[in-house]
Amino acid sequence: MQRWSRFNILSLVFGFAFLYLPIVLLVIFSFNESKLVTVWAGFSTKWYVQLFHNQGLMDAAWVTIRVALISATCATVLGTLAALAITRYTRFRGRMLFSGMIYAPLVMPEVITGLSMLLLFVAIGFDRGFWTLTLAHITFTMCFVAVVVQSRLMSFDRSIEEAAMDLGATPVTTFMKITLPVIAPAVFSGWVLALTLSLDDLVISSFTSGPGATTLPMKIYSQVRLGVTPEINAVCTILIGIVAVGVLIASIISRRTEAQRIKDEQAAFGH
Amino acid sequence: MKSLGSIRRSFAPWSDPASKPFISFRNVTKKFGDFVAVDNLSLDIFPREFFALLGASGCGKSTLLRMLAGFEQPTSGEIILDGQSLAGTPPYKRPVNMMFQSYALFPHMTVENNVAFGLKQDGMPKAEIAERVDQMLKLVKLEKFAKRKPHQLSGGQRQRVALARSIAKRPKVLLLDEPLGALDKKLREETQFELMDLQQELGLTFVVVTHDQEEAMTMADRIAVMAHGKVIQVATPPEIYEAPNSRFVADFIGDVNIFDGTVSSVDGGFVRIETESGLSIKVASPETPAVGAKAGFAVRPEKIRVGSSQPACAPLNAAQGVIWDIGYLGDMTVFHVKLRDGRVVKASSLNAVRSVEDPIGYDQEVWIWFDENAGVVLRD
Repeated sequence: MQRWSRFNILSLVFGFAFLYLPIVLLVIFSFNESKLVTVWAGFSTKWYVQLFHNQGLMDAAWVTIRVALISATCATVLGTLAALAITRYTRFRGRMLFSGMIYAPLVMPEVITGLSMLLLFVAIGFDRGFWTLTLAHITFTMCFVAVVVQSRLMSFDRSIEEAAMDLGATPVTTFMKITLPVIAPAVFSGWVLALTLSLDDLVISSFTSGPGATTLPMKIYSQVRLGVTPEINAVCTILIGIVAVGVLIASIISRRTEAQRIKDEQAAFGH
Repeated sequence: MKSLGSIRRSFAPWSDPASKPFISFRNVTKKFGDFVAVDNLSLDIFPREFFALLGASGCGKSTLLRMLAGFEQPTSGEIILDGQSLAGTPPYKRPVNMMFQSYALFPHMTVENNVAFGLKQDGMPKAEIAERVDQMLKLVKLEKFAKRKPHQLSGGQRQRVALARSIAKRPKVLLLDEPLGALDKKLREETQFELMDLQQELGLTFVVVTHDQEEAMTMADRIAVMAHGKVIQVATPPEIYEAPNSRFVADFIGDVNIFDGTVSSVDGGFVRIETESGLSIKVASPETPAVGAKAGFAVRPEKIRVGSSQPACAPLNAAQGVIWDIGYLGDMTVFHVKLRDGRVVKASSLNAVRSVEDPIGYDQEVWIWFDENAGVVLRD
């Protein structure tokens, strides 16, 4: 192990400060007694209590959670199927194009994704609201799931599927009993990733939602324009907590499955 | 109880015209793009036979096995199992099971669930499954490991789980893809004999793919030597070793000295060959090539004798040379003898006694000689 030099410690402190100081400030001020956001007047949880009586914010939170759950689930199914198609059927026409296109939304500016969806919904006369919002979220989170699942499938030992079929399992049974359980951790971490991405999206949601379907990030953004209240700090703190837990779970799972996979691969190849 | 050997010696359905093959490859060709993996191959395998496909990697032996299992479809030709064509039958409907080279154990299932998997697919009642799984685990001596996951087992134990899983359904044919490849030498030798006993006990037909000639020689009733997608020779291990039909087989199986020459006379089952290096060879041969034809003479090192005095048969089947190299292997010693023309001949002798009075040493002038039935004539 390398020794901690003064330089190392210093750069670490500055790095983390740069990343997390604003967030830490926000969390601290969410427990502020005072109504003034920048003046500390003692510890209090009253803003959290008030938060739960703010009907507007609670409605927005409920919309956000519903959208996130539905879109993450749909995106996981679609993303897993896409990953399977790309890694398994290596000989179909336009595979390169397809696998390139699935990654495009990862790097596409959100404004463009949002705007193009808005244009699509307007063009086909789809009234904007909860469902357009959900569809848009499925679209942009699906590619993240595909990437996560695909990287797992790349190292998947296909002979266990052949073994299952050899033992009499139909392709469907093989997928349900062998493939899916083995890749399940990757699928689940894809789902968690999709969920957190959907929870905190602002740009695409602004383009694609309609009346009665305001998400929490949209609500916060519009309220902040009228001035930051400690209530907003409180709701943000909760959001940060949820997202942090989600990301943590996803990364722990993927790290554990990585270790498991290496173990299993060693298992498969003897020593 | 009869020993295995006596059963095996009397088992030879391939030489009985009345016996029907169990598996037939008929003019089977498999192409991957432009690459011809299996080239117009025909082959018969008989019931209860232990059949080995032997060849270097890329010779098409694994492709042949995978076609039998149903993972690959032949580009042309037909595979017949027990009188029925397998064309269009998916892997999960074939009465064959395979033991994979990588074992392909299901990592998320316990040993007993791995073994039970195939039985569950058949919809066997639960009690029967449990009974069969117990029986299989007892057979491979893994009763104590039933609840473990594959990653908690050693390489040898995993191999046994794979074996138990592949025979649990009592398939008509068991396919084994390099079954002992991942085991160390000692374990491999033990397992070879266990596999042979198991095959006799269950009365199954085994088709094993291997690149290890010793493994094939030990276990198989018959061996098919393959190269470039074709079968070069199909015969019993002694036939393959003692009567190779071609230069390739002679060279591929074991060690061999091949002398090139011209046939000078053919007389009463004996062939005379004058080699390019000036050796006069008289060999008993069922094959009678034409006089004046080019021919090769193949003789195994253990059939060449080395001594310091001139043998009685000289100048026939004998030559003079000097000891060039000596390899002491414990059970035997390999001599590299350099003949007058510079050619090096390999000869080996068994170390049947612990010390020799007058050991042959480096640079010593020696004679090498061999019997009239020591080698075979290879026609090219």
